[in-house]
Amino acid sequence: MKRVQGRTAVLLASVASVALVAGAASAQTVKMGIPTFLTGAGAPAFGIPAKEGVELIIRGINNGELPAPYNSVGLAGRKIEPLIYDEAGGGTKQVTELRNKVQKDGVDLVVGYISSGTCAAVARVAEEVKVLTLMTVCGTPRVFEELVKKPKYLFRTMSHGTGNNTGAARYIAAKHPELLKDGFIGLNQNYAWGQDSWRDFSLAMKIVAPDVKPARKQQFPKLFSGQYGSEISALLRAKPKVVHSSFWGGDLEAFIAQANARGLFKRKTFILTVGETVAYRLGRKFPEGQIIGTRGPYGMYAVGIDTPLNNWFQKEYRKTYGYPPAQPTYQYAQGILGAKYAYDKAMKDNGGKFPTTDQVIKALEGATYTSLAGTVRMALSNGHQAVTEDRWGVTVWDEKKGEMVVKDVVVFQPECVNPPDGVLSVPWLEGGMQGAKCG
Amino acid sequence: MTKYMDQTGWALTLGLAVLIVVNFFIPEWFRAILLLSLARGSVALGLLVLWRCGLISFGHALFYGFGAYTVALIVKYLGITDVFLTVACGVVVAGGFAWILGFLLRRYRGIFFALLNLAFSMILYGVLAKLESLGSTDGISLEQTTYLWYEPEGAANKTTLFFFAAVMTWAVAMAVHHYLRSTLGYMTTAVRENEIRLEYLGYSAERAIHVKYTISGLVGGFGGAIAAMTIGHVDPDSMAYWPISGDFVFIAILSGTGNVGAPFIGALLYELIRTYAFEQFPGIWQLIMGGTLLLIIMFLPNGLWSLVDRWNQRRKERNRLEARAQEEKA
Repeated sequence: MKRVQGRTAVLLASVASVALVAGAASAQTVKMGIPTFLTGAGAPAFGIPAKEGVELIIRGINNGELPAPYNSVGLAGRKIEPLIYDEAGGGTKQVTELRNKVQKDGVDLVVGYISSGTCAAVARVAEEVKVLTLMTVCGTPRVFEELVKKPKYLFRTMSHGTGNNTGAARYIAAKHPELLKDGFIGLNQNYAWGQDSWRDFSLAMKIVAPDVKPARKQQFPKLFSGQYGSEISALLRAKPKVVHSSFWGGDLEAFIAQANARGLFKRKTFILTVGETVAYRLGRKFPEGQIIGTRGPYGMYAVGIDTPLNNWFQKEYRKTYGYPPAQPTYQYAQGILGAKYAYDKAMKDNGGKFPTTDQVIKALEGATYTSLAGTVRMALSNGHQAVTEDRWGVTVWDEKKGEMVVKDVVVFQPECVNPPDGVLSVPWLEGGMQGAKCG
Repeated sequence: MTKYMDQTGWALTLGLAVLIVVNFFIPEWFRAILLLSLARGSVALGLLVLWRCGLISFGHALFYGFGAYTVALIVKYLGITDVFLTVACGVVVAGGFAWILGFLLRRYRGIFFALLNLAFSMILYGVLAKLESLGSTDGISLEQTTYLWYEPEGAANKTTLFFFAAVMTWAVAMAVHHYLRSTLGYMTTAVRENEIRLEYLGYSAERAIHVKYTISGLVGGFGGAIAAMTIGHVDPDSMAYWPISGDFVFIAILSGTGNVGAPFIGALLYELIRTYAFEQFPGIWQLIMGGTLLLIIMFLPNGLWSLVDRWNQRRKERNRLEARAQEEKA
């Protein structure tokens, strides 16, 4: 009995000392909670590349390695202490985790979230627990249009999903009207992201190509089904030459393998709205001549953007991980640069002293900041929702570089594919995209 | 001791008192974990009722999901935010479905029973994930809840919800405990031990199972309703997907079937293990959870409650020995 008591005492003492050390270390850092998919279906295509981007950009910020305008050390001079954790497991778990991170671990801000489902679940909680939250990837416009209409702590540092599908519609209508002769058809996973993507795309098509009709029956296979034999047969038989698909991750890889074997990509042109997520992973097996998007100017579209910041990122990423950075890598890094911009600016406005969260929020609201690929403007929802330009092009294999690249790239300005401030996405599309400015 | 208050009854009441007192001393994240433990413990309590008659369900997220979504849909489409009404509806809808499904499921035992439940829960998942009007995979967010005429704001909101959930859970646990001690309740063990003998005694085993299944559904729906209000959001992945059913079985195994209080202790322990595994081992936390389950099955096959049972037995044994020693002395 005595020995057990002794052991318990040692255990308690060590727990206490760990707690003390942890307390001491956090005094002069900014604690950043970073949720991303570390396990499950979202990990290979989104979560892990995102985490790699985060680790690289935080290393750059903490060591002061980044080129201008981010060449100072840390956030407002304090190093980032990242707490990267798993986004898997659904909304309930993420709401609990967000509370844990804020109320137990005392994070100063949260940067991350990939799934729209998670974003919808945590949006109100972030406001409730008053933690500065920069959503990085999730696409659902509902976050600010329905759930948190007057955000204070909540931001999103990339365009929401509507802009991407509007861009897709504009691209196909302008560059390849000949392909649309027989209409177009959809192949989307049967869940919120797939349903929203198809709705936005078909609404946008009604406006940019009013004479073109969608096929009578769309394909909505179930999420993570992995077998697409019957869908491929249906698409081969269908008349339209253009297929819209918001497939991603493992489902997209499986679909490409099965469709390649049956020659589907030779007979149809696909618009893969987030196809770039698997293009580098598949390498040569990714079909050429397909229209792919990245929900902005990220990944493959950022390859050629010649700024010192982007060159540093491309070079260091390829050096560290041995392959090129894809869209989630850029999108997460963009969120962290948003935090860096806001902290640094708030410190400047605060006379060089470390800013409060309220000051950081004020600095980020409605701001325009330089990201790796182009400029981010916090233009919508009271300056809490970002817009960026949207790029579209066609895949082609570059023999010399040994990787997939894009050609025939068209750059759409943010005003061209996003609703103006104060206008909701679906009504904007249904009302004929009033106020869209395409220079 | 009265008819309603035996040792367990007093322990549950003491537990309720402790919860109400600690509420004022705990950080908010821990209160959220306690709330979730009450909700998930309730579903595990539903499993316990079935388990006592030797049945296990791999799909109890079905009733959890029904409870949670009923609350969310009532708030969304009818604009009713009163918790007494929404929770009652959640419980009734889940219990009603359990009663309907009971006509089919009461005819099955063992693995067939377990997997049929799984099948039904995945049908619910499929429907929820596909229908945009039910929020699809993005789910539905709940508005602020109200309590009759009382509309708490800010911090009071969480405390009120916590008190409400604690008191209601106490009532549910008491009711289930009382049921298990009734004649009908004791039939659970009889069903497990020898169904044919039970039938010869003049009882219908199928009807006994049907009643238990309905109770199990009612309690599961209650858990789901509390969870929906705790989280403020429902989505199919966290309410109806099969790993959620797995969580409930995990909690049931962890707690053991010895007492109606056990599932709540088990649920709290489960939440705590998960929280710390998640924090310390972000990439392999599932492995820690699986390892824990394995250890429990190997070393405490009857769950945590077997520790209490063992302690009780040892105490009885000691009392007996002491009594005998005194007798001999006399």
